[in-house]
Amino acid sequence: MSTEPLLDVQGLTMRFGGLLAVDHVDLTAERNRITALIGPNGAGKTTIFNCLTGFYKPTAGRLLLRHPVRGPIELQKLKGFGVARTGVVRTFQNIRLFPSMTVLENLLVAQHQALMPQSAFSFAGLLNLKGWRAAEDAAVETARDWLRRLDLLAVADEAAGNLSYGMQRRVEIARAMSTNPLLLCLDEPAAGLNPRETRALAELLVGIRVEHGIGILLIEHDMGLVMDISDRIFVVDHGARIAAGTPAEIRNDEGVIKAYLGEPDADEATTGTESP
Amino acid sequence: MAAPASPSIPFARNLREAGIAAAIAMALAIPFLGLRTVNLDQGLVVQANLRYVPLAGLVVFLGRLVLGLLAAPLRRAVAPLAGLKPPAGAQRLRPYGGPLLILAAAVLPFLPFANRYVIDLGTTALIYILLATGLNITVGLAGLLDLGFAAFYAIGAYTCALTTTQLHWGFWPALAAGGLASSLFAVLLSLPILRLRGDYLAIVTLGFGEITRIVILNWQSLTGGPNGVSGIARPTLFGLTFDRRAPEGGHTFAEMTGIAYAPEQRLIFLYLVILALTALAAYTVGRLRRLPIGRAWEALREDEIACRSLGINPTMVKVSAYATGALMGGLAGCVFAARQGFVSPESFGFMESATILAIVVLGGMGSQAGVIIAALFIVVLPELARSFADYRMLAFGLAMILIMIWKPGGLLSGRTPTITLSARKAKSMAEATS
Repeated sequence: MSTEPLLDVQGLTMRFGGLLAVDHVDLTAERNRITALIGPNGAGKTTIFNCLTGFYKPTAGRLLLRHPVRGPIELQKLKGFGVARTGVVRTFQNIRLFPSMTVLENLLVAQHQALMPQSAFSFAGLLNLKGWRAAEDAAVETARDWLRRLDLLAVADEAAGNLSYGMQRRVEIARAMSTNPLLLCLDEPAAGLNPRETRALAELLVGIRVEHGIGILLIEHDMGLVMDISDRIFVVDHGARIAAGTPAEIRNDEGVIKAYLGEPDADEATTGTESP
Repeated sequence: MAAPASPSIPFARNLREAGIAAAIAMALAIPFLGLRTVNLDQGLVVQANLRYVPLAGLVVFLGRLVLGLLAAPLRRAVAPLAGLKPPAGAQRLRPYGGPLLILAAAVLPFLPFANRYVIDLGTTALIYILLATGLNITVGLAGLLDLGFAAFYAIGAYTCALTTTQLHWGFWPALAAGGLASSLFAVLLSLPILRLRGDYLAIVTLGFGEITRIVILNWQSLTGGPNGVSGIARPTLFGLTFDRRAPEGGHTFAEMTGIAYAPEQRLIFLYLVILALTALAAYTVGRLRRLPIGRAWEALREDEIACRSLGINPTMVKVSAYATGALMGGLAGCVFAARQGFVSPESFGFMESATILAIVVLGGMGSQAGVIIAALFIVVLPELARSFADYRMLAFGLAMILIMIWKPGGLLSGRTPTITLSARKAKSMAEATS
């Protein structure tokens, strides 16, 4: 475990015209750790995600990714797809699959970056050369592994758009993991899941962060899930960071209770009921 | 009358609807049939002749009534067909469909009924299949609506025309040049318009199509303007021409093979050339769909933002889709130029773009078999209806409307997955046991 965090965000600021959506937010995410980003609706969590993953260009701030191979990379200088190529891969709050393609195809598209040179930019693929076939088999095996882990093997050949909501969430995570990421950014992965599915998700996330040595950054409203699995929590409100710490520290932070967790009694948060 | 035959729609309602339809028909018939301009000595005058108006009303009334009465029994008769699936054996024959079709197309010109006209029609159909196969990549797979595809067709045709007439290239190098030039223009075009989506993209491509035609029309010194370019090289077989007399220093096909000269030979050869090109294009697209690039095209159609989140550069994906589609458009243009021996800007108007797009949409976006069926339909149907002269376009339009009603997704609208895990499993198990 290196002492320096995988992702180091300093002074992230995002301004839309007169609206200051994110105001000098600092946060870090480490390998083998789950970092949660919480806060009331409209606090700017998704905006932070969009800046991180290259969908917005931040007004100011520095997003430093310490890539084990490529060295330090300043993400804010990259284009959207460039960020994903460094291994910072995200899912979306309102699931974005390729609906008429099958689940397996969704997972193969995710491996485009690796497969493209292996198909010699389609030339080896057109001739169906042996090297290409081996690469494709490997990609299918990677996809099959993730389908097995997320219990999706039975629906591998179904159109992704025809699956249930919970399954689509899992397909999106499987697709993100197929890219072999460094930092997995999940935007409300438990939204719309039933308690059983949420528990399975928690187990999965805890499992893969160590197994694959990845960092997980998570936006979530399900406090039960967040408090259970997070190693570190950042709380934002009105675009500014109001607290950071371990789940125990956050649970007892007065500012956080006031802004987000709710005044009456702190154990409401610990029992996992939804926030106000 | 068979009033009780349709309990769901009572006779009275049918009668009322027929009445409404008749009223609308008569209202429309007043300007269409009732008034006509006549050129008399004192100039153009409008003459009112309302005799036909009630007649139109009567025809529409009866027609609507019959239609209304037949609707329910007809629907009941057709209902079992909807659940009809091809027998399981048909699925196994599927891989042989393509080669069989190509074989059938290849023997067509040698069949007894194949005259000049049939071969010519076949060539036209194949040119359209090739064009639509190209457009299908951009529209059907990558989801980028292109209303100016005729531009690539034109660029291919003119490249072929100019390289053979000005630079005296043969057909084959000109063919390659035509395809590549189209592709190059597609790349140049796609770079500025990449940020556009949906309707805006369609408008810009429409503009590009028109600009290309107008540039060709006005660039007199290069393209000959409205006079076009003539004397385009015909295809040769290993340097052998299909002329009656050999050109200087050359040989004809008839001389070398000993087969008696016949003017149809040239047509048949051209037919086979375009057949080979089309078959190659269809095969290539089929394979590309199963490669990362093809899957990226489809993923782009489905969700561009998700593509970006997975590290796919949408720019490259769009450019490659445009370039590959245009390559096929350019090749088709080249064959077209070589067949006519003459090109002029009129052949590449918006109607041409619309026809090619209609083939893709009618066939079912992204479906190769659909493209073939729709191209035959669009090229052959107006020919069959030629005896109806003026009414053939009307019949054609009617057929299009009917298809849109019954098959809104196109004739073959289902998408076949490019890869299935179940098939893979079977394959790996078979490998393990062998």
